[in-house]
Amino acid sequence: MSTAETRTICKPGDYKSDIKPIWCPGCGDYHVLLSFTRAFAQLGLRPEDTVVVSGIGCSSRIPAYLSCYGFHGVHGRSLALATGLKVSRPDLTVVVASGDGDGYSIGGNHFIQACRRNIDMTYVVMDNRVYGMTKGQPSPTTEPDFDTALSPGGTGLSPFHPLVIALASGANFVARAFSGEPNETANILVEAIRHPGFSFVEVLSPCVTFRPDEREWKNLVHPAPVAATSDPAKAARRIMTDDGFNIGILYRGERRPYQIKAATKAIDIGELEKDFAL
Amino acid sequence: MSKAPSIPPIFSVADLLAIAYRIELDAVERYGVLADQMETHNNPELTRVFRDLSKAESIHAAEIREMAGDADLNGRASALHSIWRKGESPEEVDLGAAHYLMTPWHALQLCLAGEKRALAFFTSIAETAKDAKVKEMAAELVEEEAEHVNLVYRLLRKYPEPTDSWCEDGDPPAAQD
Amino acid sequence: MRESEHISVAIVGSGGAGALTAGNFLLEAASLAGWHGLLTRTVGPQIRGGEAAALLRLANRPVECLADRIDLMVGIDWLNVDRFGAEIEIGPQSLVVTDPASGDLPAFVSRAGARSAEVPIKDIAKSVPDGRPNMVALGVAAGVLGLSEQDLSAVIEKRLAEKGDKAIDASKAALKAGIIAAAQLDLGLRLPPPKARDAQCWLVSGNEMTGLGAIRGGVRFAAAYPITPASEILEWLAPNLAKVGGLLFQAEDELAAINMAIGASFGGTPALTATSGPGLSLMTEAIGLATATEIPVVIVDVMRAGPSTGIPTKSEQADLNIAVYGLHGDAPHVVVAPQSIADCLFTTQWAVYLAEVLQSPAVMLSDQFIGQAVAAIDRPADVAFIGRRATAVPQMGAYKRYAVAGGGVSPMAIPGMPGGQYTADGLTHNERGIPTSNENDHRVQLDKRRGKLEQFSYGDHWATLEGDGEVAVITWGSLTGAAREAVNQLRAGGFAVRLIAPRLLLPAQPERLQAALEGVDRVLIVEQTHGGQFHRYLRAHYDLPIEVRLLNRPGPLPIRASEIARAVMEWRS
Repeated sequence: MSTAETRTICKPGDYKSDIKPIWCPGCGDYHVLLSFTRAFAQLGLRPEDTVVVSGIGCSSRIPAYLSCYGFHGVHGRSLALATGLKVSRPDLTVVVASGDGDGYSIGGNHFIQACRRNIDMTYVVMDNRVYGMTKGQPSPTTEPDFDTALSPGGTGLSPFHPLVIALASGANFVARAFSGEPNETANILVEAIRHPGFSFVEVLSPCVTFRPDEREWKNLVHPAPVAATSDPAKAARRIMTDDGFNIGILYRGERRPYQIKAATKAIDIGELEKDFAL
Repeated sequence: MSKAPSIPPIFSVADLLAIAYRIELDAVERYGVLADQMETHNNPELTRVFRDLSKAESIHAAEIREMAGDADLNGRASALHSIWRKGESPEEVDLGAAHYLMTPWHALQLCLAGEKRALAFFTSIAETAKDAKVKEMAAELVEEEAEHVNLVYRLLRKYPEPTDSWCEDGDPPAAQD
Repeated sequence: MRESEHISVAIVGSGGAGALTAGNFLLEAASLAGWHGLLTRTVGPQIRGGEAAALLRLANRPVECLADRIDLMVGIDWLNVDRFGAEIEIGPQSLVVTDPASGDLPAFVSRAGARSAEVPIKDIAKSVPDGRPNMVALGVAAGVLGLSEQDLSAVIEKRLAEKGDKAIDASKAALKAGIIAAAQLDLGLRLPPPKARDAQCWLVSGNEMTGLGAIRGGVRFAAAYPITPASEILEWLAPNLAKVGGLLFQAEDELAAINMAIGASFGGTPALTATSGPGLSLMTEAIGLATATEIPVVIVDVMRAGPSTGIPTKSEQADLNIAVYGLHGDAPHVVVAPQSIADCLFTTQWAVYLAEVLQSPAVMLSDQFIGQAVAAIDRPADVAFIGRRATAVPQMGAYKRYAVAGGGVSPMAIPGMPGGQYTADGLTHNERGIPTSNENDHRVQLDKRRGKLEQFSYGDHWATLEGDGEVAVITWGSLTGAAREAVNQLRAGGFAVRLIAPRLLLPAQPERLQAALEGVDRVLIVEQTHGGQFHRYLRAHYDLPIEVRLLNRPGPLPIRASEIARAVMEWRS
């Protein structure tokens, strides 16, 4: 966060809008919404200075359920929207919400570029390893043998590794969270938002309707055995060799966040015209 | 959510009550969220069940507030929370266990799990606290939670365990976007 | 008991009640008995457990649109039904069956002054072991309509086979109880007995017919990116393409999907992708590429309400502009539109044929209404269109991929043909495909690509032309059915009206429309848009008589036959 934290006494409930979510009961995203409100409260963010930007998909419905400013954009382009917003309004706290389909499939290229740019924002991807909103197609993080109507028998493709891609592309903060631990997720979000540069948090968030097998995740997650490192290669190795259920902050980088070159002093437009005169 | 919550450093009765208060308020919120979900998903019976549970928890919260007197419960709980970094609230209801076709039996199972967790939490404080007053208050809270647990068991007897077909829905999911 | 040509039924319920399943079973049983029918559905915003209504129309002739009014509505419950009250037309003649346990009738029903009757659906379901209320509701509807228990039982056995005997028996028992309860109800209407059908009956959606049409037309590669309401085309094609030796491939997004399809086609495999408005917007650049490189490809757009994310589950006809005008530069291409669920089979097959023969992209504008509705139709006739692209005969000397000899279609070399090597290029190119900025080459190729489309003989399929009269109703796509019904009604009343519905939207056919408008001095243009896109398209490409009126409305409410008929009647001078 680039502005000095002002502690306003906002309770988590103040960050919820009065719109009731349409997510299926049991959806991990309800917990994620709780985590957002708790994190925002802990940080003392002003709702009017905070913007949540999203794409298309179940997770991307979240801006409407928060009382901050929000933008429910088109599929896969939330990071681009957020980039334009943040570089022109660096005073705002920008949080981007997405899902594994929106963020890693159609949004894949923008993901890589956003990590490279290291602009100060936080990217939260709710990963349920399926396209939920369109009724159950495989996503880039779906297991290769998962049977779906669009890929009968499974895709046979090795799943996308978002945390490692983020590291390789230059993200400054990488963490994995689990929706079923909303307090812990809130803590991670607080750290992510506080950390300068591009912070990426992947939240494992089960889809109760299309992936009921994911109810098992609560028995598989565990805290990461070591504290976060600031060495991206070390972090990448750890992530590539973990079981996919290490929860915690996995990397805290020290890259300088993108510097928006502010004009030293704005000049008069008339000055610009001088070059044209003969 | 099968992890035991870690115990924050509890220095005084006021601290203990602040935590107990926060636990009840979290439960009020959770049951409220579940009631909203059931309402949005056209399950009126469960809407009522969860609104009732939310109300019951807010009564418990009010009782704790009375016990605490003037103490700034919210401020204290927030301050403790920043020390209490890891772990989930003991009575936190697992939203992941909800289902749009859930029956009252399911809801009460959810509630029972939460109450039992709270009971275990206060029991361990009662056992390990050094301060006598804290120990005494923790023991009182243990009694309260035990009563809640028993109440839920009694309520459960009113509802039959659902048959295998409780989550059958002939209609396919609807794509929205 | 009055005989009626058609009867409309709504089954409504929420929270997993299974209203849509009941509607499906009802249509299937009616079609077994020999009636034609059409089933649409409307749902709330939830993914599961939402409020849902199955809307069904049965008749003794093909049904292509919803009626003006629901005759019978069976409510399993009324939770949140007011949300789509406007889509369920209830009138004083309608009979509404309600469960007393559901409480008051919804506001839109009481306002309409419908007759109501009570049947304790939920109690009846409880009285049957494992009985479900939707099967009781199905029995009630079936009993009122006079459908046979035997046909319904057959459907239950077939559709619930996976769930086992216990579920089948429970459903049959609940069904029977519902039929018995219906005995005391009197709709006052009945359908004439079904006529014997000479053709086999198919129970299909427009999206399924699109998939089959693609395969029949020769498509053997499909690139897929899911989007509502087109995903079912791709989900049907996934296993079925494989069965005929083809391949469906999931793409990372629509940009990739269209490029994959073009790549496959460049390699010689007829290819297709399917999407909706937002996806078509993304695809426009690559459709231009296919135009410039003269590579056949079919793009199906199942239109939904826009703009932008819009209303993904509702129908509209407002992608016409982007389909026709959305490519940058001068990029003539083919645009077609099916007119009914059955017509999706023919038009998709025709689109593949046109794309292959003309070496052009063909955009097919289907919509959510025909894409997702299910109809009991006569098995469509087999049609001989199979896409056949002219492929190059390897020749000595330099191969000219874009040679301009006769007709404008130049034989295409397929990788693997020795001597045919060329580089397909979106850059402006000469006859050999080599990039050029030469003004003659540019004009020659533009003329070639426009000429090949304009000189082609599209036959009578270019439009539906029915009846004669001084007034013409001009419409397209899924509104053709409602317009036809309106025109038939007016004709029966002694008022002659011509129906014109182009199936081929691009290239425009000005002379043929001129001929079709012979003797017509007034046209009523009917379309499901807010901005009158079809009206402006007609004005841009055709000469219209002086007197033109427009009946248009955006989604989500469909335009009904009676509205069209009324608009014409108001115009009688």
